[in-house]
Amino acid sequence: MSDETTTTAAPKIPAQPGPRRSLLEIDNVTLRFGGVVALDGISFEIHEGEILGLIGPNGAGKTTCFNVMTGVYKPTSGAVRFGGEQVTGRKPHQISRMGISRTFQNIRLFPEMSALENVIVGTDSRHKTSVPGALFRVPRKRPKPEELPEVTATSGLARTWQQLRRSFAGTFGLSRHVLEERAAEAKAMELLRFVGIADRANDAARNLPYGYQRRLEIARALGTEPKLICLDEPAAGFNPAEKEELLELIRKIRDMGVTVLLIEHDMRLVMGVTDRIVVLEFGRKIAEGAPAEVSRDPRVVAAYLGESTDAA
Amino acid sequence: MIDKIRSLDRRRVGALGGIGERWRALPKWQRRLAGVALIVFVYCLPWLGKLPGNLVVPGLNNLRTDSIDGGSNWAGVLFTCAVYVLVAVGLNVVIGLAGLLDLGYIGFFAIGAYSVGLFGSVNSPVVKWFQREFDLPQTWAVTWAICAMLALVLTLISGVLLGWPTLRLRGDYLAIVTLGFGEIIRIVARNSESLTNGPQGISAIPGPEGPPSTDNQLFGLVDVKPWYWLAITVVVVMVFAVRRLEHSRVGRAWLAVREDEDAAAVMGVYPFKFKLWAFAIGAALGGLAGMLFASRYAFIDPTQFNVNLSILFVAMVVVGGSGNMVGVSLGAVLLAYLPERFREIADYRWLAFGLAMVLVMILRPQGLIPSRRRTRELKDRAAEAEEAPAHV
Repeated sequence: MSDETTTTAAPKIPAQPGPRRSLLEIDNVTLRFGGVVALDGISFEIHEGEILGLIGPNGAGKTTCFNVMTGVYKPTSGAVRFGGEQVTGRKPHQISRMGISRTFQNIRLFPEMSALENVIVGTDSRHKTSVPGALFRVPRKRPKPEELPEVTATSGLARTWQQLRRSFAGTFGLSRHVLEERAAEAKAMELLRFVGIADRANDAARNLPYGYQRRLEIARALGTEPKLICLDEPAAGFNPAEKEELLELIRKIRDMGVTVLLIEHDMRLVMGVTDRIVVLEFGRKIAEGAPAEVSRDPRVVAAYLGESTDAA
Repeated sequence: MIDKIRSLDRRRVGALGGIGERWRALPKWQRRLAGVALIVFVYCLPWLGKLPGNLVVPGLNNLRTDSIDGGSNWAGVLFTCAVYVLVAVGLNVVIGLAGLLDLGYIGFFAIGAYSVGLFGSVNSPVVKWFQREFDLPQTWAVTWAICAMLALVLTLISGVLLGWPTLRLRGDYLAIVTLGFGEIIRIVARNSESLTNGPQGISAIPGPEGPPSTDNQLFGLVDVKPWYWLAITVVVVMVFAVRRLEHSRVGRAWLAVREDEDAAAVMGVYPFKFKLWAFAIGAALGGLAGMLFASRYAFIDPTQFNVNLSILFVAMVVVGGSGNMVGVSLGAVLLAYLPERFREIADYRWLAFGLAMVLVMILRPQGLIPSRRRTRELKDRAAEAEEAPAHV
């Protein structure tokens, strides 16, 4: 936690220079639970394509801030805008479809479903099949040649059957349900490989090791094709080697073109990967800027080391 | 003691699980063939142990309910089993897949039964009102086929109407509200005499061939086999439909909501919409079952739809294995068949059910044939895993 010594001589240049479009705007958000002020006039922006760290001591309001952004809580006052559109007042599933996705601090997967299915639930959010579509297999679409069922058998009844299926699909088309299922499965498998847990794709989520579950949450969140992914302490309980791998993964996600908001306790992790950092304490924002600047800020140092702040 | 039985049971589950595994490992066409064979067998059940031409097969004959003194008509029991299976399949969508505890399922069953009664019977106040208002003959009533569709549509709508305000509630609260709903339907049916004939009930409810009469060739009151075949056909079609839903985006959404509603919402699933669908589909299946029940017996009154039956329905799902269609069907068949075959315990059937429920909860909380989440079969898992991580 006491990493301020390593960054004493840091240059005062922002890590990501140049003008950046703001993706998410948190504008003077206050949230009260009865008499408790959980968030007190918080304002900051997340820029497109950056990795923003949100840090602060326990109970500073980091997760609450997440919950406001993803529609779990409604702010008492203030507004959250995503790509210029109002987020406040929308339901969680609408916010998810706008392009904000998240993971949970205490893992919340669908334990009885397989890893693959967990991710498919995420990819489903971009699909349209509902009860009529699943029941009656409508609407149907003329498939592209590569989408037609393959004829793999070389002879016999099996070959006849496969040829029949192929010509049936060619004549009557394939239903949106079938096309979406296929696309979802391919996409989900790709994401499992991306986060590196494809070897356990068919295992129930509850049977996966802890590290795999954390990664699966990230894959599931990426399944919704977000523009912004919010990771809530993704490295909790990881050893240094695993943390290093996670950093690599977070950078890969950013390079995919997804903006990342990272809540993290571990200062070293945040310093290593983020472009900018916002520091919360007791529901207020106490600092914002490049990691090097922030870590030298006396108020941040005080918040983390518990010193008195009369110097500031 | 209990631990000992449980560990024994675990070993047995292991063996059963092995059967499931082997079943899933079979090629698709073999599984389909087995499915077709099962359906054919089910259609032939009325002849179990007693072939046409009064050929009695000694061992199998003992399974029939009419092999004991004063036993019920075998096809009639089979019909009841089929109706209960339909109920169980519908309730399984609500409880097993979407995870909503519905204790008032009898309400939908009653609405289905009353829709065919109120619109199809010449004795119902509704039909009489139509006759007066539009100068129709005394024999006029709505045709059975249209009544059947009405039953489906009305229960679907009532499912939505009940679900709309109540599905915001979770867990136990929803159970209490639905329990109340079931009772409300029964009490309304009893008290609104000008609409439902009240406690006198409605008679002369039509079947596929029209109102009950001795002229009916197929769907009469003596030979119940055609009724059984009709019911089992409905069951087969509905099982097929529910399977389609279960293995689609809808089924996954239901499971996701059952497992963690908030997480599902954050992943883009609109829980309310899918819960409402589950409720409406469950209601429609319950309504169909009620419709078949009313048509077969040609008479309904409010006492047939009491809360005990709701509890029996939930028991079928829980005992059989909530979430697994084969399991809940087995539960339904057992709970309908056993009291009929073993008349000695019929008087104590509620006691026996209670005992069975307690035992199942202690020994096999997941039900007789538990739901094992199907795992998506991938063509070559090993090959997938060995591939280098791709860049998305």
